[in-house]
Amino acid sequence: MGLPRFLRRAKWDRERSQEIESYVQIETDENLARGMQYSEARAAARRKFGNSTLIREEIYNMNTIVFLETLSRDVRYGARMLRRNPMFTAVALLTLGLGIGANTAVFSVVNSVLLKPLPYPKADELVALRQVAPGAAGLANFADGLLLSPSMYFTYAEQNRTFQCLGVWIKDTASVTGVAEPEQVRTVEVSDGLLETLAVAPAAGRWFSHADQIPRGPETVMLSYSYWQRRFGGDRSAIGRSIRIDSRTKQIVGVMPKGFRVVNTDFDVILPFAFDRNKQILAGFGYHGIGRLRPGVSIARANADIARLIPVWMDSWSNGPGTNPHVYENWRISPAFRPLKEEVIGNIGDVLWVVMGTIGLVMLIACANVTNLLLVRAEARQQELAVRSALGAGTGRIVRELLLETMLIGVMGGAVGTGIAYAGLRVLQAIGPGNLPRVNEISLDARALIFAVVLSLVSALFAGLIPVLKYSAPGIALAMRSAGRTASASRNRHRARQFLLLTQVAMALVLLVSAGLMIRTFQALRNVEPGFSDPKHLQTMRISIPAPLIADPQRVIRLQNEITDKLASIPGVRTAAFTNEMPMEGFDHEWDTIYAENRNYPGDLAPLRLFKHVSPGFFQTAGTRIILGRELTWTDVYGFRPVGIISEKLARELWGSSAAALGKRFRQYPSSPWREVIGVVEDVREHGVHEDAPPIVYWPTMTDHFSGNNAADAIRDVSFVVRSERAGTESFIRQIQQAVWSVNSSLPVASVRTMQEIYDRSMARTSFTLVMLGIAGSMALLLGIVGIYGVISYAVSQRTREIGIRLALGAQQGELKTMFVRQGLALVGIGVTIGLSIAIALTRLMKSLLFGISPLDPLTYAAVALILAAATVIASYLPARRAAAVDPVEALRAE
Amino acid sequence: MLVLRTLVLGPAHGHTIAHAIEHGSGEVLQIEHGSLYPALHRLEDRGWIASFWGTSENNRKARYYRLTPAGRKQLITQTARWEEVVRAIGRVLKPVTE
Repeated sequence: MGLPRFLRRAKWDRERSQEIESYVQIETDENLARGMQYSEARAAARRKFGNSTLIREEIYNMNTIVFLETLSRDVRYGARMLRRNPMFTAVALLTLGLGIGANTAVFSVVNSVLLKPLPYPKADELVALRQVAPGAAGLANFADGLLLSPSMYFTYAEQNRTFQCLGVWIKDTASVTGVAEPEQVRTVEVSDGLLETLAVAPAAGRWFSHADQIPRGPETVMLSYSYWQRRFGGDRSAIGRSIRIDSRTKQIVGVMPKGFRVVNTDFDVILPFAFDRNKQILAGFGYHGIGRLRPGVSIARANADIARLIPVWMDSWSNGPGTNPHVYENWRISPAFRPLKEEVIGNIGDVLWVVMGTIGLVMLIACANVTNLLLVRAEARQQELAVRSALGAGTGRIVRELLLETMLIGVMGGAVGTGIAYAGLRVLQAIGPGNLPRVNEISLDARALIFAVVLSLVSALFAGLIPVLKYSAPGIALAMRSAGRTASASRNRHRARQFLLLTQVAMALVLLVSAGLMIRTFQALRNVEPGFSDPKHLQTMRISIPAPLIADPQRVIRLQNEITDKLASIPGVRTAAFTNEMPMEGFDHEWDTIYAENRNYPGDLAPLRLFKHVSPGFFQTAGTRIILGRELTWTDVYGFRPVGIISEKLARELWGSSAAALGKRFRQYPSSPWREVIGVVEDVREHGVHEDAPPIVYWPTMTDHFSGNNAADAIRDVSFVVRSERAGTESFIRQIQQAVWSVNSSLPVASVRTMQEIYDRSMARTSFTLVMLGIAGSMALLLGIVGIYGVISYAVSQRTREIGIRLALGAQQGELKTMFVRQGLALVGIGVTIGLSIAIALTRLMKSLLFGISPLDPLTYAAVALILAAATVIASYLPARRAAAVDPVEALRAE
Repeated sequence: MLVLRTLVLGPAHGHTIAHAIEHGSGEVLQIEHGSLYPALHRLEDRGWIASFWGTSENNRKARYYRLTPAGRKQLITQTARWEEVVRAIGRVLKPVTE
């Protein structure tokens, strides 16, 4: 039996009936010839032929695949039923569509971000060369571990036995000049071996060669695809041309393909480090390492291999004459490599799984709602079903038909959902939550589509099963009787729906509690004093002065001073200042030791502190409170006065209190000159509001005797800050640019943003989770309300007769209303109780996402329970009012 | 088999076939003519006969059937097997008739 014939069965049927007709005609002709009357002749011919419909059916059935045939018939029947109930269909479709859409969208994100391999060949061989160093607090934070120094890179690259190749990289910025406006570009600097490790071939030209990594060798650069398109219009002849980067001419040797990123960093150009091997010291732990393992080598073996090389590294290099290379033994450095993917995903995994879980719960609620709708319908159709089964429809047939109907809803809901998911992902990508890695890789791919299809079918089956089980094989007599209007509704009919409602309420409560906890977390974060004030009116921008442009550090600081003055003179500006980086900006931090006067350091080893460099007037501009003492002045800076400012936390740690710290002295190394504490400022949450403020030492932006460099040194890459009511407006930004260029026209102004944006970005993870859980929670609440409303209003409609009797016997309208509202509240009360216990168990899982509150925050739980109760009252009051408005005469006459 | 045998003589339409079988068997095999059609359909399905639209003796449009080579072969083997069965049955029945 072939499918082609199945599809042609209608044509066959036409042919055969024609043929039968022709038989009848011929026979009629013959009968006529025998002298019969026409009608008699035709009747005789038909008689002779037999039952023509039966025969046609026999042939038709020969041609058909019975299963497919009845299936298509049932589908058509189902579609007709759905069309006849547009309200029901719309609600069911929308509910399922939203659920499936949200789930598919979140699944796509989870799939693209967490499940799919990184877009490098054989990505599972790639590892992040992460090291831990418990003895180097501050420098080695938990997230990044201890980064590599160039000397480590040389040692590891040359002597390892477990890697095919490895390399180090950092991200940075550089200015491109020589065209109309100077431009600041995002750069990635790479060592030899880095591109080979990632193994993505260039789209045009070539990678850096070994020769490009020789110090003072050929100056070369590679471009990103987008920068190539933007600057050179994708012209292949760009290869071999030169551009001026940081005032040096560099030849373009290659272009990386579209979408290529280094780990999760987008960039405009790639530059080779060209490390000078002879000038390397042990220190300089600021480089991210990536390695490609040899086939079959485990991470544990690679760890062991590199652990062996750490003593070798300490023996091979030093920090200069008179230093002890084995100080690093105190840091207890050990490799803790991990798959590169983990590095990329970071801590977003927790968030995504929580979101996936909550969205899954929403799906369950949606299913429960659709089940409820189906139950209502099945109940309304009970009589019809009973009649059909009385007429001989088999149970199997009825089951199949009911299920098919829900499947049909499921499939259509899936289609709606896929559309919603597609739109949702587009929105997500447009917003591009700052901390969501691999956003550009997110797509609705085959796997996500399969997920959507499976989800729609499974949820339809799930939603359809209960009504089917309940109503497919009705006790005919019972159904016929109780579906007639002589009896009022029996109690057991509601059990399934009430159970569903309980589940719904319980799950909605869980979701609302988690959303509530996130809101409280957000509030707690907002209440944290970040160490700066009114970030909305704080305009920040990055300006670097490369050494080839201006070599002399004194001239650099004069230029920066001039820019500051120009910025301060813009109308509407209160103050201006600069620093090496603003809090939460997330550049690589500078950590080093300081030694307080009159204090013993065992083994001559002081703990690491965060170093920052600030200009005069910085604290006033940023709104960081000065607790005691004063800010730096330009006289301090130009006169190389040995002064510094420390944070309150550090003051308390070293000298017990801010007051005691003032006037005390410290130095960077035991050999450095002393510096005097001239001020103590409030603690600043440098790494985001959710992390404790580190102890900070503030240095002038121009120093001598700093980090072993006795000559004068200035910070060349700085963030300027301007406090103004006009911050963030376009005209203001243009004026800022003009002001900077009026001082020096080859300085690009980059990363122009308000402090508020930087602050929001540091909260991105929390706000993302909050928004997602908020959506899930409100969907749950909405569906829950619909569910309650449905159950109560159905109960009302079923009990119209009973209400009529009650009213006729003298019940008051108010009492009736209360009765129904109470019924709703009783149901929800049970649901809330169940939900609370589930929430207490589940919210523990989201502990890592919370800040400042316990997962059992009583306020959240109470508020959510109250919200649900209020929603219940509203949802059951509406049908209750309808019940009370029943006219007893009408209700009883309807019998 | 009877249908196939009828068609050996040449193409015929359903009406003719029905009457041919009826007459050929000396009116012994009285069949409901309609039941012929499913049989024809099945035979055509198996490729033993082919059909085409033609005009009957008295100018009626009718569907004609003819034997295909495969059908002819089938007729020969089936006839042979039938005769074998008849002979076998005949041998079994002989003692009773005597």
